[in-house]
Amino acid sequence: MFKRSLTLTAMALAFALPMAAQAHKMWMVPSATNVSGADPWVTVDAAVSNDLFYPDHVPGDLSRLVITAPDGQPVKAENTNTGKYRSEFDVHLTQQGTYRIAMVNEGIFASYEMDGQKKRWRGDAAGLAKELPAGAKNVEVSEAVNRVETFVSNGKPNESALKPTGKGIELVPVTHVTDLVAGEGATFQLLIDGKPASDMKVTAIAGATRYRNAQDEFEATTGKDGKFTLNWPKAGMYWINASTQDNKTSVKQAKQRRLSYSATLEVLPQ
Amino acid sequence: MRRLTLSIPALLIAAPVLAADLNVTVQIPQLDVAEYHRPYTAVWIEREDHSVAAQLAVWYAQKETKEGAGTKWLPELRQWWRRGGRDLQMPVDGVSGATRPAGQQQLKFQEGKAPLNTLAPGKYELVVEAAREVGGREVVRVPFSWPVSAPQQLDAKGSSELGAVKVDLVP
Repeated sequence: MFKRSLTLTAMALAFALPMAAQAHKMWMVPSATNVSGADPWVTVDAAVSNDLFYPDHVPGDLSRLVITAPDGQPVKAENTNTGKYRSEFDVHLTQQGTYRIAMVNEGIFASYEMDGQKKRWRGDAAGLAKELPAGAKNVEVSEAVNRVETFVSNGKPNESALKPTGKGIELVPVTHVTDLVAGEGATFQLLIDGKPASDMKVTAIAGATRYRNAQDEFEATTGKDGKFTLNWPKAGMYWINASTQDNKTSVKQAKQRRLSYSATLEVLPQ
Repeated sequence: MRRLTLSIPALLIAAPVLAADLNVTVQIPQLDVAEYHRPYTAVWIEREDHSVAAQLAVWYAQKETKEGAGTKWLPELRQWWRRGGRDLQMPVDGVSGATRPAGQQQLKFQEGKAPLNTLAPGKYELVVEAAREVGGREVVRVPFSWPVSAPQQLDAKGSSELGAVKVDLVP
């Protein structure tokens, strides 16, 4: 009886707390999403924080940075720097079209007991076999595939950099990701491992959360075809997020795979 | 064949209308600000579905610098940029030019000549967008029908970055 009421209390608490609002958010913010001219550059901030988009927790991990040019080829970030709360880098947009700027994280997490103490480990599949100590007890392994991204178009947008890689949750534009305007609905499609992600919740939050008392998040749910539509209430930088879990793991020790996707999208005024 | 016979009298009737004029006056207001820059301005004709039917004018800083000066800031004309500006290879003959000072700026176009020669009969909006360095941005729209059967004077007024926008249609 006691046990049951405890579970209920825990559940009630879980529902009472706005979970999305509590979690740390990983994000990248570009200085512009539409550029032009003979020699355009953008500068990008990357961080994990509570508020959007104020770096107050840990900097983004630039070792996971994957920038794709409009021709589908990888591009190197320039002038990289990682500070206490924020990483920053520049992107030189030498091609016409849309750049995809992403931090991609595929990792394996393990928790185990060693000499009566709880330990944690993170790494990749090869490391799991080699590095976990022989005497580890109660080993629990999980996998994670995270993608955090943003987009910049130089001149006319195109979609070749946005081709899905087929791993984890990804966003496919129906409305182009750098062509978003307040008052006009934007439709996108979510994929999991390259296939439409149906019935998935997508949360959107406008930046500058520090200057309002509520997150003011709004939601959409994907249809059978993985498509969803967001109606931007006003212009600004928006952070959208979707996450789920499944059991399609790549290492046999792992029972569970956690998937997460976030993007920063700029919505311009009419 | 039937189409051909029909189109000959249609052409004959249309002939006098071929000289129809579309005259646009854009007032760039005198602004009392500490740091004044001439506005980037775009004038275009939009179809009902917001696609561009004709590019009439784009005024931007022409001086070349390492950054491409003018063209770097063209996306600030946000609506023009997404509606078709980003599809153009600047400069465009007869369309692009230097920024204009405060005052009445005149544009004259004739039916049958570029850029109006491709304008099919229908409802349109003449759109003027202005954006200024360390200033604001404004869009003014004037709806009109084409072709013109009677002389018409249409106007709309901006409130900050644009003054009166007048469209004179002369059959």
